[in-house]
Amino acid sequence: MAKISKSPWLLHYDGSSCNGCDIEVLACLTPVYDVERFGIINTGNPKHADILLITGGINTQNKQVVEQIYSQMPNPKVVVAVGICACNGGVFKDCYNILGGADKVIPVDVYVPGCAARPESIIDGVVKALDILEKKREV
Amino acid sequence: MSAYVAVLIRVIAFIVLAPLLGGLLSGIDRKITARMQGRKGPSVLQPFYDVIKLINKETLSIGRMQYLYMFCFLAFIIFTGSCFFAGLDILLVFFVLTTAVMFFVLAASFPNSPFSRMGAMRELAQMLAYEPMVLLAAVGFYKATGTFAVNDIARQDVSAIIYLPGIFIGFVYILTIKFRKSPFDISTSHHAHQEMVKGITTELSGGMFAILEISHWYENIMLLGVVALFVINSHWWSIPLAILVCFIVYFIEILIDNTSARVKWKLMLSSAWAVTFILGTVNLLILQYLF
Ligand code: SF4
Repeated sequence: MAKISKSPWLLHYDGSSCNGCDIEVLACLTPVYDVERFGIINTGNPKHADILLITGGINTQNKQVVEQIYSQMPNPKVVVAVGICACNGGVFKDCYNILGGADKVIPVDVYVPGCAARPESIIDGVVKALDILEKKREV
Repeated sequence: MSAYVAVLIRVIAFIVLAPLLGGLLSGIDRKITARMQGRKGPSVLQPFYDVIKLINKETLSIGRMQYLYMFCFLAFIIFTGSCFFAGLDILLVFFVLTTAVMFFVLAASFPNSPFSRMGAMRELAQMLAYEPMVLLAAVGFYKATGTFAVNDIARQDVSAIIYLPGIFIGFVYILTIKFRKSPFDISTSHHAHQEMVKGITTELSGGMFAILEISHWYENIMLLGVVALFVINSHWWSIPLAILVCFIVYFIEILIDNTSARVKWKLMLSSAWAVTFILGTVNLLILQYLF
């Protein structure tokens, strides 16, 4: 029985990040880090995704979007917050429109700190998320 | 009697082996693609891991009809391939294949999802682009061998490709559309550069997406079977040669996939029709008047 962790498909959503973390997420796909060797695919479709990668904080405008994307993902699913902005709002925390980190609207399973989070730690976070995904599948 | 047994064995071999070979081919495809891009790439068994995962995931369905259409798609694809490897009429094979794709289009166009519907419309445009060449290929086989039966086409003394070089090249051209490779992967794509989410597959999740993947494996093996049919003749050595030609054709498709950007549907349509007209029709005219 092959495990779900052998084929984790990602969905990357950019909340209100400065794009620093997004560039690092995309760097994971380049030949240097090549996450596809773990079977990871960056899909653009929540209905195909197992892992939701969120960069940037949640603001009043993208709150519904994040909630909807999360609800469209089939179970089992995990959420990884990438960068300190997605963890708790980061440098934008006190802005008038920022509600906070991704966990203000959806349950977050793994927090990857850093500003910007480095590709190595993003991959580490995803690997942690895979264990959680496996446990969720067993439940 | 023994002829029936031989046909039965071929059909069963297709039904059992095609998904294994097709999955492996898709794994090798991803490996070669990764190497072309200077990456290590996933294991060649990755497509199987993907499908097993999809089967174990929750399937979010928009309606029961979606299941029905997707099952019909798979069933008709398997039926098409079985007809082909049983050696039946090649026209029948091509028409059933079209019916199968229509079920896929239905599955994608009935949910009220703009991306899925846009993908379905583009799939229809793709059909419009490749169908003329597919039909010309059938006519070409008839002109070259005097029969539509796959069994008899494969038993000629001379390979069909000798008479049909233009039609062969044209067929390889439209195979890029059938294999969903760039620059003609307009209705959906394996890669994450899709401008309309995942196009025709947007609303397929879990088990239904797994059905689609398995159908593609069957379909790809059947299409490579058609490529092989151009080469196979009554001599034994034509079989390894045909397999070699299939590999070369598939490699060329991967190369094109990695070196070209997606085109707009109008360019796909006009170029496919131009190739069909120039290579296909001229080839047929030469066959008609010179032989
Ligand atoms: S954590 Fe830093 S790099 Fe990442 S989005 Fe926030 S500000 Fe930008």
